[in-house]
Amino acid sequence: MTPTTRAARLLPLLASATLLVAGLVLLLGTHPAEPFAAGLLRVDALSAYFLVVVGAVALTVTAAGPPPAGEPDAQLRYAGWLVLFLGAMTLTLLADNLGLMWVGIEGTTIATAFLVGHRGDRRAVEAAWKYVVLGSVGVAIALFGLVLLYAAGSGEQRTLSWSALMADPAMLDPDLARLALALAVLGLATKAGLAPMHAWLPDAHSQAPAPVSGLMSGVLLSVAFYGILRLQAVSDLVVGPGLMRALLVGGGLLSLGVATALMLGQRDLKRLLAYSSTEHLGLIALGAGIGGPLALGAALLHVVAHGLAKAVLFVTAGRILDETGTVRLGDLHGLLAERPRLAWPLLGGMATLLGLPPGALFLTELGILAAAWQQGLGWVSLLAASLLAVAFAALARHTLSITLGAGPGDDATSDAGRAGSFARPAPLGLALAATVLVGLTPGMQTVLDRAAAALGVS
Amino acid sequence: MTGWAAQGVALGAGSLLLTAVLLVWRAGTRNAALLLGVQGASLALLVLTLGVHHHDAELVGVALLVLAVKAALVPWAVGTTASHVGTPPPARLSPAVALVATTLLTTLGFWVSRPVVSASGPGAGAVPVGFALVLIGFMVMLTRRDALAQLVGFVVVDNGIATVAFLAAGGVPLVVELGVSVDVVLVVLILRVLVRRIEHVFGSTDLALLEELSDR
Repeated sequence: MTPTTRAARLLPLLASATLLVAGLVLLLGTHPAEPFAAGLLRVDALSAYFLVVVGAVALTVTAAGPPPAGEPDAQLRYAGWLVLFLGAMTLTLLADNLGLMWVGIEGTTIATAFLVGHRGDRRAVEAAWKYVVLGSVGVAIALFGLVLLYAAGSGEQRTLSWSALMADPAMLDPDLARLALALAVLGLATKAGLAPMHAWLPDAHSQAPAPVSGLMSGVLLSVAFYGILRLQAVSDLVVGPGLMRALLVGGGLLSLGVATALMLGQRDLKRLLAYSSTEHLGLIALGAGIGGPLALGAALLHVVAHGLAKAVLFVTAGRILDETGTVRLGDLHGLLAERPRLAWPLLGGMATLLGLPPGALFLTELGILAAAWQQGLGWVSLLAASLLAVAFAALARHTLSITLGAGPGDDATSDAGRAGSFARPAPLGLALAATVLVGLTPGMQTVLDRAAAALGVS
Repeated sequence: MTGWAAQGVALGAGSLLLTAVLLVWRAGTRNAALLLGVQGASLALLVLTLGVHHHDAELVGVALLVLAVKAALVPWAVGTTASHVGTPPPARLSPAVALVATTLLTTLGFWVSRPVVSASGPGAGAVPVGFALVLIGFMVMLTRRDALAQLVGFVVVDNGIATVAFLAAGGVPLVVELGVSVDVVLVVLILRVLVRRIEHVFGSTDLALLEELSDR
């Protein structure tokens, strides 16, 4: 292993571990929301929480994922883009300025553009083009909204700092702010993978290398949603909760419906996982739209458990592609008999996604549905529950059809002989254990309450 | 705002709109870079006028940044790409229909920007031009099958957003302006690389050829 190769392997690992540790220190510390860097950056309970999620998911995919491929130079470039990607997400989470937050979100598109198109064949170029164009157009709409939000402030007090806007919401012209906030949220919804702006997502996720797909699905979507949460907090104070509730509940239900419909007849494992991300971001949007401590807490817990499960699943899908040469659902059979080392993490991740107990998603889905009922949105609760049931059936059917039964049995080499260089069981197992533990840890409620309080929900 | 400042804003805004209309009209040609250059320079003129009028040194500096980025760097990136790719595929709309649509979108721009114009800002009267630019840019992106034309549409959208920012709010804070400029330049450069890859891999910049990824 040359020094370059080793550096390319260690750099992303080190960056992820740093993010996780820093996030945990900030989350568990008792610091109030301190501004720093001339007031441009700020860490509160919510940003620290998301920092931990990014660190944990990034550590899972870098520790369990495949090493960078190609020449040493290409490996180092790959590692560089990956670290830049993590950096852009960190900037998004730390910025106490919606403009700077936008710069971070657009930065994630820039850092991942070549990672999506890295193979350079027709499909990869097509995916990269659609990804960059749709992503940039989406965030351009968000920038337009933010510019209008800045203009909605009066004179000298103009600011894009979300903490300042939350402290003095009366400085905004409500009519202009309504238009501005709606545009900004619609724009960010593109990056969050919510319907009807989700079209880029399955293409990009299916073409990117496994760790990048895992990061995009596991945290990039949620980081974009973090931006929506900050905008929602401002919007609720300026124009009342009605606007964001309508947008997020509507978008959430639409995402659930569209994703479920496309999962039913899906033929590609990676695209199936990508649509499942739209489904789960839809649920998170639903939780945020319903509002209140129960629904918001559940949505936040959903972010971490879904992120870790998706990290495990994309790494495993990458390994399946590597070993069998296909991720077509119709060509995969009997993984449990032929390749138990891959089938178990796949089943574990899918069980989490399906919301089976003791996974945390069991609790969060119940929490969101119950909160909707509590707040007089019974029809939302019923509709979401029926869509979830169909999505459950679709995902369960595909999972069982590829894991159970006899394998192709032709050239299948023995599993033990292929203890390859990635999809390591230890990090995958740890990540899956974490999806259960986050729901059972007694201190978690305090963490979620503090994060919700940072958004003015208590 | 009266006298020369009003004239500077009017000239800049009028020229922004005119270049957008010309970009729609001259759909088939490859000299979009020149029009984008003029559009960027018009925006810089507008910012410079606002800066001098308000004795705002920072805004004058930003005008130079706009000139460098939007009147030189971005048009250069578009122009050098244009010389590397073949004849563009035909647009989905005929030039006449596209021009009518442009007129309608400009009217729509005036209509939807009313809340911005009423919230006072320096030169707020010209804000509708920015809205019109954003809408026209989106129309270009939606109606062209040519990858390079979509890049041009993206630049027009971005110029429109910047126009609104400067006219309605005197520009966003400097650190945000710098970050946004860097991001936009990087996105344009990435799209430029991708346009060339599309030409290389598919033999044309016709986006109708990009149809391999689907759920079927």
